[in-house]
Amino acid sequence: MAGRGRGRGRGTLSFSTESLGFGRGEALPTCILQPPPIYPTLEFHPVPLLGGERQAYMLALKQEFRNTMRESPHFIQAEEKKKDIERYSDKYQLGPQDNTINWEPDFSRLPKELRIKVRRSARKYKTNVKPNISTAKHKGAEDAKDIEKKLEALEKLEETKGDEEEDEEDKEKKKEGEDKGEEEPEEEDFYDEEELEEETDYNLNYFDNGEEIDEEDDNLDEGAIY
Amino acid sequence: MSKLEIEISSLLLKEHFGDIVQKVGTVLLRKRQLPLGVIGKECGLKIDQVKKGLCSLIQHNMVTFELHKRGFVEYEIRTGVPLLLLRYPRYIYASKTLYGDAAELIIEEILHHGQINMSSVVDKVTNRLNEAMKVQKEAAISKDDVVSKFKALAETQFIKRCPEMSDSNENDSAIPKMEIDTERMYKVPRLNDAQIKSERENSSSQSNERKRKIPKDRSKSPEPPDAGIYWHLNFQRFHTLFRDQELISAVANKLDKEASEVLRSMLRIDVSDPASPVSQPLSSHEIYHQFPKNIKLTKQAMDQYLTLLTEDSTGFVRRVGDMGGGTYVIDYKDALKNLAVAHIECVVRERFGSKSLRIFRLLLMKKQLEQKQIEEFALIPAKEAKEMLYKMFEEDFVTVTEVSKTADHAPSRTFYLFSVNITQVSRKLLDQSFQALCRLIQRREYETKEHRRLLDKQQKVEAISASLTGADEEQRAEIEDTITPPEREQIDKVKNMTKKLEMSELQVDETIFILQMYLLYAKTT
Repeated sequence: MAGRGRGRGRGTLSFSTESLGFGRGEALPTCILQPPPIYPTLEFHPVPLLGGERQAYMLALKQEFRNTMRESPHFIQAEEKKKDIERYSDKYQLGPQDNTINWEPDFSRLPKELRIKVRRSARKYKTNVKPNISTAKHKGAEDAKDIEKKLEALEKLEETKGDEEEDEEDKEKKKEGEDKGEEEPEEEDFYDEEELEEETDYNLNYFDNGEEIDEEDDNLDEGAIY
Repeated sequence: MSKLEIEISSLLLKEHFGDIVQKVGTVLLRKRQLPLGVIGKECGLKIDQVKKGLCSLIQHNMVTFELHKRGFVEYEIRTGVPLLLLRYPRYIYASKTLYGDAAELIIEEILHHGQINMSSVVDKVTNRLNEAMKVQKEAAISKDDVVSKFKALAETQFIKRCPEMSDSNENDSAIPKMEIDTERMYKVPRLNDAQIKSERENSSSQSNERKRKIPKDRSKSPEPPDAGIYWHLNFQRFHTLFRDQELISAVANKLDKEASEVLRSMLRIDVSDPASPVSQPLSSHEIYHQFPKNIKLTKQAMDQYLTLLTEDSTGFVRRVGDMGGGTYVIDYKDALKNLAVAHIECVVRERFGSKSLRIFRLLLMKKQLEQKQIEEFALIPAKEAKEMLYKMFEEDFVTVTEVSKTADHAPSRTFYLFSVNITQVSRKLLDQSFQALCRLIQRREYETKEHRRLLDKQQKVEAISASLTGADEEQRAEIEDTITPPEREQIDKVKNMTKKLEMSELQVDETIFILQMYLLYAKTT
């Protein structure tokens, strides 16, 4: 509109400025070219918060609830990320693991695909591990015999199948069964698929039974023949 | 759901359930409905982590799942529920005022666990209460007291059962079928009773088969008699309670205590659906019958109070007929509208000043006004009035309608009618409240993060000095001296600040509640 040169001075607007409340001849406010301040001064100060027993009690409840939730197993934190360097032993640490859950949901109420391994409490884990070592020491001779037998059987199997990796797994599974044996045979039934994929568990058992390492090494050598 | 609401929900989820749940929840809030794999991809987490997150969310009744017709499971978030995390203290407090300490702990335990069965709640609450009693050297509480409180909560429908496994469950289906009928929703199972066990076995034999497998090797204590029956909060019932409390306190403030008692008795006998805009008709006799006997009030005086309530500008009560000594209804829709208007007026007064409030009220009263008329009616000098009006217009508290005399909408031949649209202003205010809330939470998070080292240190020192029960004072003082005076000052400052911020969160939520309630009722016709 202004471009048409219709008016001089104030006439550039298409309506009379008087309707906006500016008197004849009064100067219009100038353009503002700056953005408004980020923290404008407050014209009116806010009223203080409500006080009283009810508010104080609710506040206490809120803080308590938050703190309790933080310690609840439903509070899920991501696995601790990289420290300074990657260590070989990191693999065997029993830190927080991402593939287990800390509490035991009622899985029958959840979709099947959500079933995830429930972590045994840390204390229980320890009691599981220790006896393994001691029994291995005690009846080392018996064990050795046992294992020899098994190895023989396995060798036969190997020959027939010829698939080394599968075999390895197979053996591992059996050994696991033996180790855990009395304590928890059922659980594996239930979460069978996960158990197979569970790398950390596999390593753990392997790592703990220090005495059996030799046997395994032998086996590996033999396996390397073909 | 607005972007802000999603942001607040996400912040709340992080605060209560940690990073992973936050990520899973936020993705679901944005996309609403997704299968497992897609969630993992969207939030860049391992599948196992997503599974854990979903388990937590489902446990806390925030996510539901259903079978897509193509055979995969889809997860859907119940959008409003994460926001309710902010209101949890209010639920707990309400149950305390209604049924005492035991009920408070019951609600708290249920909220901690999301869904939980009755026997474990009762056990936990009894233990916690008895511990507290021991400290105060009072007599221990028996389990039956807690059970009776639990029953009271269920009877008044403050807690309800979660859907249960239905009998038509197929073993190989991807999701369990769950259902519950309204009849059994509030029925409390009898503990230590063989009957309910058999009832459950009939209803879900297949699930039991599977369940039996797990516990065997876990050497767990025998299954509680009410396994499989989970309870959670009935938020809607709580909201109805809050609504009633707001109405009662409004009447008590405006009229007097007796008037609020009359309204309270009316609310007590009203059994209409909580979503309906008006209550069922209540006769004066009925109301008098319900009136608490400890307050001395004659029938005649009560009728006068009823007339007063109907004639009052709050419009809470309406007379609908003369039968039964006069029949009245509570108009929830109007009442909530008036409450919302009162809140908005407060905001206008605090933000623009009392003169602006006069203009605002004028517009509310007269509906549509031209600028000239406003200046005249409000008795404010023209220039000042214009300034205030435009300021409110700028912030969207006031709207303008153009009514043109001619088709070309030329300004000189157009009426500009100013008006106030309460629904729109409430929406705007609600949005601003959410914005404020969001900033409050973020600020608090920032403050705690900034001073994490100090706070951790203080916690450690407290833990050490608490463990030194046998040690002498000197030792304890020595440990407490590890926090230097300036550090202590800093800690106090941070604590004070977080306290204030958190208090504000609670109070903003009360405004949010009123506005949300009003908008909910405004939708009903």
